[in-house]
Amino acid sequence: MELALGIILGCCALGAGLAMIAGIGPGIGEGNAVASACEAIARQPESKGSVTTTMLMGCAIAETTGLYALVIAILLIFVAPNILVDILVSTIGAL
Amino acid sequence: MKKTSLRFRIVDAFYIAMMIIPFIAGIVLKVLTKPASEGINITGAQIYFTIPMPLQDFIVTESQINSLLVTVVILFFCLFMTHGLTEKCELKRQHFAELIVEKVDGMVNENMGEYFMAFSPFIIGMMALSGVSSLITLFGLYPPTSDINIVGGWAVLVFILITYYKMKCGPINYLKSFTQPVALLTPINLIGEIATPVSMAFRHYGNVLSGSVIGVLIATALGSLSSKLLGWLPGFLADIPLLQVGIPAVLSLYFDIFSGLLQAFIFAMLTMMYVAGAFDADTYRKIMEKKKAKKVKKHAGVE
Repeated sequence: MELALGIILGCCALGAGLAMIAGIGPGIGEGNAVASACEAIARQPESKGSVTTTMLMGCAIAETTGLYALVIAILLIFVAPNILVDILVSTIGAL
Repeated sequence: MKKTSLRFRIVDAFYIAMMIIPFIAGIVLKVLTKPASEGINITGAQIYFTIPMPLQDFIVTESQINSLLVTVVILFFCLFMTHGLTEKCELKRQHFAELIVEKVDGMVNENMGEYFMAFSPFIIGMMALSGVSSLITLFGLYPPTSDINIVGGWAVLVFILITYYKMKCGPINYLKSFTQPVALLTPINLIGEIATPVSMAFRHYGNVLSGSVIGVLIATALGSLSSKLLGWLPGFLADIPLLQVGIPAVLSLYFDIFSGLLQAFIFAMLTMMYVAGAFDADTYRKIMEKKKAKKVKKHAGVE
């Protein structure tokens, strides 16, 4: 029983950590977007307003995949252990 | 500047009071119901009460109450801003109100086109609700936008609007649009259709929630760090977490204010883009012309 509990909690934490590897992608993507925006503003300073708006928009959309990973990680840390332990207790029996 | 009457001022004061009272009510409600906790405490919205219903119990949570409070605040803000409108712009607030309306109208016109001008109240309403809901953390209240149920509701609303504007060209054209460009891609198109509201809801909720989670983690980390580093200080000084003063506020500037307002803007922007993109103006015009021609023909036949 203790072993099963340990495996559940440990694997939930490991899964959450692994899910957040997805944070690399949006990081690179947003970095590229901001770099290009800087170049564009340097070339045409008068278009600063529209470039900034478009860049923020693009950054927010690029962030989406990272946020999916974040939602999964949060579910794994805060929600999954309770449900899984309940399932364990109901199948094996109370401690 | 015209001198305002006493009655005008009393109504003004009432509006301002009604803008502040909801926040106080929310804080009082929170203090009365929330159990005190120590250390890291990241939980969902507090459940106030449940109403038994035949299918499923109707749960009233903190986020619903807070979003209603936000609605009241926005309502009275609007009443305050539009109180005493005149043609000559005698009050300062009228300039500000006109600025907001003009900006939003310009934004909607730029992004959606002339046909969707009726959307600008909806867009600014969405923006205000989302923005104030995120900013409510500054009062220490639970932000409704960090609850997936609230944001998911908004996303479903946007999804209904998108489907409505796709349906405008007829249900057959709507079903046909899923088989574009090849019939083989129908499942992927269906997934893409459902992914729109899901991604909108997750984007908004994830951003606000991650901000508050990071805020709590950093505040706790600073507290334990200061007790380790500054524990040698004499007397009561050792008990005060000195590092917690100020540093989390700087992060809150980004995570609560900037991120919250940016997400509100992006949610409104995406709503505009999706709704405007769903409407196929050319096909609609063709269908309307065909209908008109048919009507004319019918009339001619009758006569």
